[in-house]
Amino acid sequence: MEILSYQFMRNAILASFLGGIACSVIGVFIVTIKISFIGVCMSHATFAGAVLGILLRVNPLYTAFLFSFFSAMLVGPLADRGQLNPDTAIGIIFSIMLGLAFLFLSIIPGSKAEALSLLWGSILTVTKADLRIMLGITTFVLLIVSLFFKEIQAVIFHREIAAAVGIPEKIIFYGILILTGLVITASFRTIGGLLIFSLITNPAAAAYQLTFRLRWMFLLSAIFGVLSCLLGLLFSYWLNLPSGAIIIITSSLIFALALLFSPKKRVYHRL
Amino acid sequence: MGKIIEVKNAIVSYRDNVALKGISFSIEEGEMVGIVGPNGAGKTTLLTLINGLGKKISGEVKVLGHFLRRKDLSSFRKEIGYVPQNFSVDPRMPVLVYEAVMMGRYGKLGLFRRPGPRDHLCVREAIRLMELENLQYRPVGNLSGGELQKVALGRALAQEPQMLLLDEPTANLDLKAQDGIIALIEKLHSRKSITILLVTHELNLIPQSCDRIILLKRGEIFGSGKMKEMLQEDILSRLYEFPVRIVTLDGKLMIVPYQEGVINGNT
Repeated sequence: MEILSYQFMRNAILASFLGGIACSVIGVFIVTIKISFIGVCMSHATFAGAVLGILLRVNPLYTAFLFSFFSAMLVGPLADRGQLNPDTAIGIIFSIMLGLAFLFLSIIPGSKAEALSLLWGSILTVTKADLRIMLGITTFVLLIVSLFFKEIQAVIFHREIAAAVGIPEKIIFYGILILTGLVITASFRTIGGLLIFSLITNPAAAAYQLTFRLRWMFLLSAIFGVLSCLLGLLFSYWLNLPSGAIIIITSSLIFALALLFSPKKRVYHRL
Repeated sequence: MGKIIEVKNAIVSYRDNVALKGISFSIEEGEMVGIVGPNGAGKTTLLTLINGLGKKISGEVKVLGHFLRRKDLSSFRKEIGYVPQNFSVDPRMPVLVYEAVMMGRYGKLGLFRRPGPRDHLCVREAIRLMELENLQYRPVGNLSGGELQKVALGRALAQEPQMLLLDEPTANLDLKAQDGIIALIEKLHSRKSITILLVTHELNLIPQSCDRIILLKRGEIFGSGKMKEMLQEDILSRLYEFPVRIVTLDGKLMIVPYQEGVINGNT
């Protein structure tokens, strides 16, 4: 209980709770639609945008969101149109974003500590303003999922069929990408631009091993996301290790356990 | 009965490859029409032209009495049940058979509305017609190819469509599953009098109750007419650029590759 006596720890626990839910719910889309590389690309775009914000002395949140929004609007159609192999197209945007991030980093005058801290995040320095943004984004994500659950389910199942039954599947798909960008933008300061992607993928991938119901997958993923953040935070406090790294290791362990006890594995063996 | 589909001089192209070269045809309400042709003839493109998933360069497509326009494609698609070719899903997909069939209702339901009693009734009826009662709470990823095809048909049927577009519904299925799917399609046509367009490159899997056949070759209509008129050895040999023979087995026309001395007695 000593841990709760510090304001910064109380903030960190709240951030873990909100970030854990938002990232892992978004992760369900990423894992089921199999667009992991798009997620990686967008988290790097967010990082490049944030570094540009630091360089221009504007709030990095705004520039990070702009970059993630435009990369979502670029990556989605590129992956869809098939003029290039989708992986090649996304790989090119990914490398452009990485290049821009390093370019902006190199021309920041003076100390680069603030920009570099965005790479691994700092959950212990979360401010009230950060928490308000995270609360807003998490509520928005949950609202979107509950309002458009059936459309999201159809797009996850089969995009061509979703379009064929009259669902605006392109709007839903691009909306999912923009939502991914929003969540990454809201959480990258706490979790870190590079580590956030593991928190998006691992809890959802663990939930994917355990259930054949999409509703349960969202719920399990959110529980695993929150658990990864809270346990990671506790371990990092007790062991005096970087919180971001421990959160990711915890989420990976949860995934390993889910894989070990997956009922789907038994189904596979039977088939 | 009126025309449910009218296509005039439709041209569809994928970059340099012209998939449909100005084809024209019409389909009457309640007809079952087989679209037949070799690989690359433009059969799938023709189906996607009708439900708006494919984009035409020029020509006119009139479906359900209205010209297809980009802005109201969604409302057309709600009335068209489409079963795509090689329908497959990830074995771990977190969706049950009942939910997959229910997806047929989602377009008609519209945004912000949840399925009601009538939607569940439609889904149960589609599941019964497709003989999926025992599988309705199984994950779709655990089904065999034939069962998955039944789910795809059930989903299209739950849509209560005015027409069904079936793209190679028996592709990659074993003989028993092929026979089962064809029987189900014939049952649907006779019970519901629904307009069906069925694409296949497998001539022996054209339902015997097809009213008409359209032969496609290299993006053009090679021939169109009643089954008996179109299923002629010389027509099919020219269509496939390969000699074929037609034999009768238990009163059913069977198309086989021509090999001297192999076929005898049954012709």
